[in-house]
Amino acid sequence: MADVISMEQIIAKAESLGIDFSTMDLNSIHIPPGEDFGIVSDDEDLRREEEAMEFDEGFGNIIVVDNLPVVPKDKFEKLEGVVKKIYSQIGVIKEDGVWMPVDPDTQKTLGYCFIEYNTPQEAELAKEKTHGYRLDKSHIFAVNMFDDIEKFMKVPDQWAPPESKPYTPGENLHHWLADEKARDQFVIRAATDTEVYWNDARQLKPDTVYKRAFWTESFVQWSPLGTYLATIHRQGAAVWGGATTFNRLMRYAHPQVKLIDFSPGERFLVTYSSHEPSNPRDTHRVVINIFDVRTGKLMRDFKGSADDFAAGGTGGVTGVSWPVFRWGGGKEDKYFARLGKNVISVYETETFTLIDKKSIKVDHVVDFCWSPTDPIFALFVPELGGGNQPARVSLVQIPSKDELRQKNLFSVSDCKMYWQSKGEYLAVKVDRYTKTKKSTYTGFELFRIKERDIPIEVLELENKNDKIIAFAWEPKGHRFAVIHGDNPRPDISFYSMRSGTNTGRVSKLTTLKGKQANALYWSPTGRFIILAGLKGLNGQLEFYDVDELDTMATAEHFMATDVEWDPTGRYVATSVTSVHEMENGFNIWSFHGKLLYRILRDHFFQYLWRPRPPTLLTPEKEEEVAKNLKKYSKKYEAEDQDVSLQLSEQDREKRRVLKEEWERWLNQWNSFVEAEKLERQKLRDGEESDEEEEYEAKEVEVEEVIDVKEEVILVD
Amino acid sequence: MRPILMKGHERPLTYLKYNRDGDLLFSCAKDHTPNVWFADNGERLGTYRGHNGAVWTCDVSRDSTRLITGSADQTAKLWDVKTGTQLFSFNFKSPARAVEFAVGDKLAVITTDPFMGETSAIHVKSIAGDLNDQTSESVIVIKGPQGRITRAVWGPLNKTILSVGEDATVRIWDTETGKLLKESDKETGHQKSITSLSKSMDGTHFITGSLDKSAKLWDIRTLTVIKTYVTTAPVNAVAMSPLLDHVVLGGGQDAVNVTMTDHRAGKFEAKFYDKILEQEIGGVKGHFGPINALAFNPDGKSFSSGGEDGYVRLHHFDPDYFNIKI
Repeated sequence: MADVISMEQIIAKAESLGIDFSTMDLNSIHIPPGEDFGIVSDDEDLRREEEAMEFDEGFGNIIVVDNLPVVPKDKFEKLEGVVKKIYSQIGVIKEDGVWMPVDPDTQKTLGYCFIEYNTPQEAELAKEKTHGYRLDKSHIFAVNMFDDIEKFMKVPDQWAPPESKPYTPGENLHHWLADEKARDQFVIRAATDTEVYWNDARQLKPDTVYKRAFWTESFVQWSPLGTYLATIHRQGAAVWGGATTFNRLMRYAHPQVKLIDFSPGERFLVTYSSHEPSNPRDTHRVVINIFDVRTGKLMRDFKGSADDFAAGGTGGVTGVSWPVFRWGGGKEDKYFARLGKNVISVYETETFTLIDKKSIKVDHVVDFCWSPTDPIFALFVPELGGGNQPARVSLVQIPSKDELRQKNLFSVSDCKMYWQSKGEYLAVKVDRYTKTKKSTYTGFELFRIKERDIPIEVLELENKNDKIIAFAWEPKGHRFAVIHGDNPRPDISFYSMRSGTNTGRVSKLTTLKGKQANALYWSPTGRFIILAGLKGLNGQLEFYDVDELDTMATAEHFMATDVEWDPTGRYVATSVTSVHEMENGFNIWSFHGKLLYRILRDHFFQYLWRPRPPTLLTPEKEEEVAKNLKKYSKKYEAEDQDVSLQLSEQDREKRRVLKEEWERWLNQWNSFVEAEKLERQKLRDGEESDEEEEYEAKEVEVEEVIDVKEEVILVD
Repeated sequence: MRPILMKGHERPLTYLKYNRDGDLLFSCAKDHTPNVWFADNGERLGTYRGHNGAVWTCDVSRDSTRLITGSADQTAKLWDVKTGTQLFSFNFKSPARAVEFAVGDKLAVITTDPFMGETSAIHVKSIAGDLNDQTSESVIVIKGPQGRITRAVWGPLNKTILSVGEDATVRIWDTETGKLLKESDKETGHQKSITSLSKSMDGTHFITGSLDKSAKLWDIRTLTVIKTYVTTAPVNAVAMSPLLDHVVLGGGQDAVNVTMTDHRAGKFEAKFYDKILEQEIGGVKGHFGPINALAFNPDGKSFSSGGEDGYVRLHHFDPDYFNIKI
């Protein structure tokens, strides 16, 4: 970031460029809106915020240590030595960074000192570690940040009621949902630009909504209901919203934030950062903040070493699996939980404390997974004691912490849990060892959560040795798809949790043999699925209708890396992100596999549809619409027709304009050629013209005497 | 349209040139020997031996008697087209790259690369009708642009010289004074190195190809960008059909990356675009490497392409081609 440039520097620069600065009217210079050329604005509002963020140069790295012994001058050096010893263990103290003031009258110390570190992180750590440190019985350190002292000093003695700000009506953040053409928005990031578009599939092109360079420093992310777009900056995260304007709604200070996560109902934002330790032997320090999205208030922060947050407490893994906190209880954002060593800590958002003030103790738990709708989670404990204690999957209800259902599993090597989007079913993929323990095979345990006693059904594939490549539930539905197989062309099977009239039994619908696929993408409305062969399989796409058990289309988006359905299930975006150089960009398809348009962009990083909140229609109403689709669709078909007519009209018009323009150029050029004809002839020594007609076919007869011979002929 | 494969070079092709009558095709490659072929059946007529380095470009005089070639061996040579004998050699201190005869064939422009402290330069030599009068004196030497000059051609009536190069800029120079007259606009012009340039038959407009994955059509007098053709791979070669409103773009990813990706990713296609609508019409596949050279027969009924793979592919269009409608 550029520093604020002083006036002297500007004048010096102007002189070096030969500009007379005194004659310039600075107000006449207009900078394009939104562009600051990397120069920090000194607007009052911005500056204040910048200062709050800028720790390195403020007093953020100074701490004040109070309750030191009061010593006379001859003991001064000894005390200083002790203080230095204690505090240099924590971080690097700046040169002359320790200052212990002395009373000028008594020549005694005043019982406190200032210590300046190189970074605010070190100062923060020192404060945490030594606050309450017992030097001896009567000297217990009280450590504060220097900045805080200043803040505390400013607190007025009398409480004054806070001024209530007058209400300013904000923008309707859901306005984008009321688009006349019922279009969806998406955001892309390519090179330095971040751009939001309408997907105008009728016009076969995207329609720009908002575009900004350097909007984010690492990535962007929509909130789960699509209200906000979050950007990441060095100083923290920010959210933006609206239909077209994308004003900044709130920012959340969190220096060097790396990852963010919204709660499903977008009430809270979790931010994460990890900091290099000052001592290379220490692990990284992790800071996690939870903010209220609307007010920007910090609700709770968690700090600790990276090990504390490593998932499953398995140890040895330095990475933190994100999200650390998993949200439960559906869209109400009531609970969030994280996995610890032998515990699952469940917090409630009412108070931001642990439920019942303690974590749930589960020995050796390695994974857990919330139901997407209900306050229930499934957890998995692996086999222990060499198989003496079986592995176990349990369903636990919150806040009662009751175990609803438990299933013991034997000779298990690994386990993965998949919830159906409405929380009706839970599939547990179980990898088991064969008898010889040399290989594994896979089966599924299927839980029916909404039925009495939660019945469990075991499903095994027909060929037990098949590896499971991918698994996916139909959103809101009762079906799931599995890619399984051992060879490069695996099979894909579809199952239903119902079979015929019996709703309580799993049945197989069909198996597709030998497909080039490694990923499954269900339409968000169900029924349709894309069987995709991404990355290694060059971007094969098969659009499949599970109701009809029929392939609608096969296509290819060469080198595609990502597939994403729009939230309505009408369109699909496939993109090639810049994992490789070639072909970067995205394609938009209709749900039945027709390529609508493609856009190529170099250095393409992200493609994200703007999510929509759940529909407001009741299930009955939805059914009614589906039944009378013909009636409703008439209007849209007519619109489609209009648009296509208009398109071809526009196209014709465009062509006509282009042709006319070209004709103009041609005429101009021809006149030049004509005008210069003589001169050109001169250059060519009078050779007739430029045209091919100069070739004249002439018939020339040439007679040549080859030989003359005289012969005497005797005449009788 | 079944192409005629012409295998006469051992190294990647660099340039292709038809003579004015369209019966001869000259090819230059990184091997040291330019070839001449019958443009009709692809039969090789002969070679021009004498260069000691890659030959970058060539040009043939209007009456098809003389050939000029520019080579990395730091010479540009004049040849007798018919006999293949070397007539004259212009020696430089750095590799010669672009060559072109002026209207009337009494002047030739030759560019040289920056090399060992020499900056790049545009040389104008006079070409004597009588070989005995030929000198290696330059009429004028223009220096200025940084980096390689990849192509230099004559403007209308030999009054100007156009140059393009690695600095992505098109420049117009005054032939008399050597002054810079015009520079292409940074905004509308190319963003990366310009690799190729091809003039229209009447010399009123020209097309340039660039590594920025686009080709642009310019007015030769005003340097206005009239059209932009966007493609998916860097453009190494461009040509304009003299018959129809078509342009053809050739290229592909860098030779360095070829082995690392699928052959389909390479984009070793000659792509046809509608000259006016800027829309892609079709592609001609076949090369195993990037296309480095393209040329249209002056009758517009065939074209040839030269690739990094060392082949020249000569394509005679099917009758369908002449009825394409978009």
